[in-house]
Amino acid sequence: MTKDIAARSSGLAACRAEARRVRWREGVWLGAILLTVLVTFVCFVVFVLEPSARSSERPTRIVSLIPAVTEMLFAIGAGPQVVAVSSFDHFPPQVRRLPSVGALVDPDVERILSLRPDLVAIYGSQTDLRTQLGRARIPVYVYRHAGLADVPATIRELGARVGHADAAAALARGIETRLAAIRARNAGRPHPRTLIVMGREALSLRGIYASGGVGFIHDMVEAAGGTNVFADVKKEAVQATAELILSRRPDVIIELRADPLSPDMLKREMNVWSAWNSVPAVKNRHVHLIADDRTVVPGPRVAEGVEIIANRLDKAR
Amino acid sequence: MTTPLGRRLVTTVAIFGLMAVGAIVLAPLVGSTSISLGRAFDFHVPFADNTDAQIFFIARLPRTLAGALVGAMLASAGVVLQGLLRNPLATPFTLGVSAGAALGAMLAITFGWSFAWLGVPAAPAASFIGSMAAVGVVYALARARHRGISTNVLLLAGVTMNAFFSALILFVQYFANFAETYRILRWLMGDLDISSYEPLVTALPLAVVSLAVFAWLARPLNLLSLGPESAETHGLDVTRAQRAAFFSASLATGAAVSVGGPIGFIGIIIPHLVRLLVGSDHRIVLPASALFGAAFLIACDLVARTVMAPIELPVGVITALIGGPFFLWLLVRKR
Repeated sequence: MTKDIAARSSGLAACRAEARRVRWREGVWLGAILLTVLVTFVCFVVFVLEPSARSSERPTRIVSLIPAVTEMLFAIGAGPQVVAVSSFDHFPPQVRRLPSVGALVDPDVERILSLRPDLVAIYGSQTDLRTQLGRARIPVYVYRHAGLADVPATIRELGARVGHADAAAALARGIETRLAAIRARNAGRPHPRTLIVMGREALSLRGIYASGGVGFIHDMVEAAGGTNVFADVKKEAVQATAELILSRRPDVIIELRADPLSPDMLKREMNVWSAWNSVPAVKNRHVHLIADDRTVVPGPRVAEGVEIIANRLDKAR
Repeated sequence: MTTPLGRRLVTTVAIFGLMAVGAIVLAPLVGSTSISLGRAFDFHVPFADNTDAQIFFIARLPRTLAGALVGAMLASAGVVLQGLLRNPLATPFTLGVSAGAALGAMLAITFGWSFAWLGVPAAPAASFIGSMAAVGVVYALARARHRGISTNVLLLAGVTMNAFFSALILFVQYFANFAETYRILRWLMGDLDISSYEPLVTALPLAVVSLAVFAWLARPLNLLSLGPESAETHGLDVTRAQRAAFFSASLATGAAVSVGGPIGFIGIIIPHLVRLLVGSDHRIVLPASALFGAAFLIACDLVARTVMAPIELPVGVITALIGGPFFLWLLVRKR
């Protein structure tokens, strides 16, 4: 019985050895085939796909998720390279014909990928989108919302990236010159204390949020020759209570809105302020509601926005 | 029966009333800025030139009164709903009122509605309409399968409506732009900075009506606490009492939310705290809760507007920060 088992097991061992040899030979073949496929694939990616993906010299299919960047691209002559914009883009009028692919919180990744872009302008906080685009090997331009001085800087950087460096430099220089002129004009003149309202509940003085001492809206009003009453609050937005606004006694109140208002609604919204008539701005009729997107988009029209604000402030100087 | 109860009622109302009045008188004296009270009450200076008076009368006083109104409404609505549902965890927001209100306010803010023709700003009006719509749906559901009101169905329908409206809120909010999303979020945190008396004047009639019903409800709620069948044998028209409790509590909650947004925890901790102090007789618990709720919310709002001045904390955050741990302590202690 034990012998029988031994004989059988020796025959089994021979069989196993043979099988191992066959398997080894097959393995070598399979490995070689796989290696060839892999090498071919890598060569394909590196030499065929990669050049188009990496043509950052002059991207021709740009997607912009940032209205300010869209405006910049059109202003420096890169408009024809733009293939899609965000759902908040309205300017210049040509963008209305372009497909919109979401915005800050809801970028439509599938549509963006289907447009085969070679540059996507995204917000710095869109880290998920950035990862996804990175996986698809699509280059990104990361935009960061910052101060007024960053607008010309961003224009220059963007111009260099999309192959319009000269036009961008000229545009940036133009903005800086205009801002410097406004600053020079207001240098020796009084700087009225200004409350900058960025939002509140419709037809009431509830839920007012104002610009604090950080951010491009604050910078714009200071450049226009005003002094922000909340300059001491180092935040972009301040939830301003009635008490806070009454006690700061602003000389001018400037309300900024992106969307246009009907003249009737404008009048009604202005009248709401009359309840707080101890505020010098209300008493002296220096409340201004500016419904103009030039004053809220940190793009190439920002100097115009500053001029609009400066003109309103002039009435209180 | 009347004399001991009458005496206890008088003492309790006197003590809690003193707290509420004290809060209303003292809270406007303090704020995020310092004002001269002498100047604020100097009526020789025209009001339009008197900043201190405007801070006192436009910023602080309406705010304090709003705290009193909202606190009283939410606390007493909490008592009524806990009595109606015979569930200690019931709050004024359990039956979907706050979610309906939030949906209304959010639609008004997102689509920029204005009901100027009503003389009231859109968000409070829309929130009130939303809360009443939610109440209507929940009531219809609770009645559908029973002749009376089934409190179980009421509770389940309310909780489901809360979830359903919350989903709708998220759905609409997803399409709102950034500033609107922020304002919705701020509205949901609760805010008493009403900066005029109009919201109070609008909400006051609703508050008075619901308080009147609450006063009538005190005895029926005591009977209901024995269970609906027992209450019936004591001669109570259970369905009528339940209906009155449900609608008056919802009305009070809707009015409170339209003024200050959905400020949480008042409606649950105040009733329990008051019951700990004065027992469970609704004839005493109801007025005491209303007065104590008023004082408590005024105090919370005082903390919210002064502790980090000039930045203000949402009052809902303060009530939850105080209320949450307190309530847990209450739960643990009872065992």
